[in-house]
Amino acid sequence: MPGTLNEYAAIVGEDVIGHLRQLARGLEGCKVVHVNSTREGGGVAEILHWLIPLKRELGLDASWEVIMGDEPFFQCTKSFHNALQGKSVSISESLLRGYEDCNRKNAEHLREQLESADFVVIHDPQPAPLLNFCPNRKGKWIWRCHVDVSRPYRPVWKYLREHVQGYDASIWSLAEFAQPMPHPIYLIPPSIDPLAEKNRDLPQYELEAVRNQFGLDPQRPMIVQISRFDRFKDPVGVIRAYKLARKFTPLQLVLAGGGATDDPEGAKVYTEVREASGNDSDIHVLLLPNDAHRTVNALQRLTDIAVQKSVREGFGLTVTEAMWKGRAVIGGDTGGIRLQVINHHTGFLVNTPEGAALRIRYLLKHRDQLEIMGRKARQFVLENFLLTRHLREYLTLMLAVVHQTMDRIEL
Amino acid sequence: MADPFAVKDCALIAMGTGERAQNLRELRDRILTVHPGCIYHHFWGGLLKPRFDEPEFQNDFAAWSYHGLREARLAERLALIDPCEFSEIEDLRRELVEVIEERLAESEFVPWARADQQFYFTRSQIVVLDTDLRPREPSALQALIPKLSVGSVFYHFIDARRRTSSRRDDFSEWLLGLDRVCQPLVDALGEIDPYFSTLTELRSEIDRAFKRFALGEGEACRVL
Repeated sequence: MPGTLNEYAAIVGEDVIGHLRQLARGLEGCKVVHVNSTREGGGVAEILHWLIPLKRELGLDASWEVIMGDEPFFQCTKSFHNALQGKSVSISESLLRGYEDCNRKNAEHLREQLESADFVVIHDPQPAPLLNFCPNRKGKWIWRCHVDVSRPYRPVWKYLREHVQGYDASIWSLAEFAQPMPHPIYLIPPSIDPLAEKNRDLPQYELEAVRNQFGLDPQRPMIVQISRFDRFKDPVGVIRAYKLARKFTPLQLVLAGGGATDDPEGAKVYTEVREASGNDSDIHVLLLPNDAHRTVNALQRLTDIAVQKSVREGFGLTVTEAMWKGRAVIGGDTGGIRLQVINHHTGFLVNTPEGAALRIRYLLKHRDQLEIMGRKARQFVLENFLLTRHLREYLTLMLAVVHQTMDRIEL
Repeated sequence: MADPFAVKDCALIAMGTGERAQNLRELRDRILTVHPGCIYHHFWGGLLKPRFDEPEFQNDFAAWSYHGLREARLAERLALIDPCEFSEIEDLRRELVEVIEERLAESEFVPWARADQQFYFTRSQIVVLDTDLRPREPSALQALIPKLSVGSVFYHFIDARRRTSSRRDDFSEWLLGLDRVCQPLVDALGEIDPYFSTLTELRSEIDRAFKRFALGEGEACRVL
């Protein structure tokens, strides 16, 4: 169950919630429809699970619709996803026609609702063509791109651009991810929900249970990287950093992630990670179910230092999550990690396993620094990367998009 | 009788422009043509962006020169540009170009950034909200200052400088319109450097300035 505004006020302060209420006053009663392609699983659904109730609590008439698709539809949109992130994929004409037909069918039963809405927010490429099937649109249509499109596979992007350039505005997570568009481009970084299972406070006995479950030694320091088994996350580089650091200080390493068995590439990386860890009993490679939120939460709280040594990263919400738990982060100098890990403040940015090993040694030696950085990290997330900031920007954007040519909007 | 002071609040929303630079020459060329809102945003928008109390560089151009181009000398020079000294954004734009041209002229090669460390030009839209707070007397305004949101501080003390013909903050503008002598307080507010502070520090400085003056009903401001 998502939290209420009162519950969030206890975390972020009444003034932040007051600001949201003020912004929402100008949007009271507005009909807002969000559309995506799945009710459960994935970051977009996670966002919509808290966003819709909070918008409603603020007086907006918000709703969430999910489009239906068949196997070829999702095969096609999975290819889009890979292509937008730079993978060269060829998508057959029949798959593309199926994608459009599927959207046409969904438009049949959504049309009335979408055409009458004041705002329609379409998430990611899956429902993007709905715009063209709703010719009598009354409100503003916004395309929300959650994917890193900084270096897309051009032929696929060229196709998708045709479907999204007609929107009134688009939202991207970072300036680097955005592609030029004929409409206003808004930048809204993602956020975390402090009341979600993944982030809420846990009782000590639960932390101890997780420690015992995985045979972690409470006497020795521990570093943790939470991520899919993906080469871009460089898990083998983390093992190398651990081995270099362990020559100087006692250490345990946890590499935990999920979903590898569903993904042929992931399974391969998982095998490489197991091989790289060899017989070292202090390296714990954990393949967790996708819903093991509380376990991940506990591991992030049990660790001394969080590591996210990615060589390519979108925003890196696992970094945000660890910082929220008061952990300093050693992160790869890439993507959204740079927005969060500020050298000597919330952790360190590194480019090599050697750099990571050096910072691990430094932080374990200077415990006072580690603690200060952890406190700063939590404060930084509190002020910048919680869902209340995300919601504020959504509301601001909705007000801005109505007056889209103006730099200044006086309510 | 003068109008009461209308306390406003604001929220900024960042906008991409699609303009980017990977080397110093491109940066110069883009600065010459980008929307004036970009210049403003990269100097002042940082105040409402995630950052720490003491950032290394006050503006994004200096920060990128240092971190992206590894140009410490240029970063130092750009960091010294104080946007408060320029009443028009176009003058600020010219000063930026001047400093970059100087560095280009003395360099033997054009400094480049890595492909994933380009400079992305952004700007922002500002949504202004009315808080419905209407202090009529300076003393009532003074009582509100410590409770102002950072958005209000930004709007009345930073944003005001591009809205008002005198390029002053809103508090000073209002105080000068009252039928009493508030010049000492206006002078004290004018001495606050808004550029090298965070918004919370700025709020404390404004609060201190107000507290140095007696602001009783109907009497002139005087130093305590």
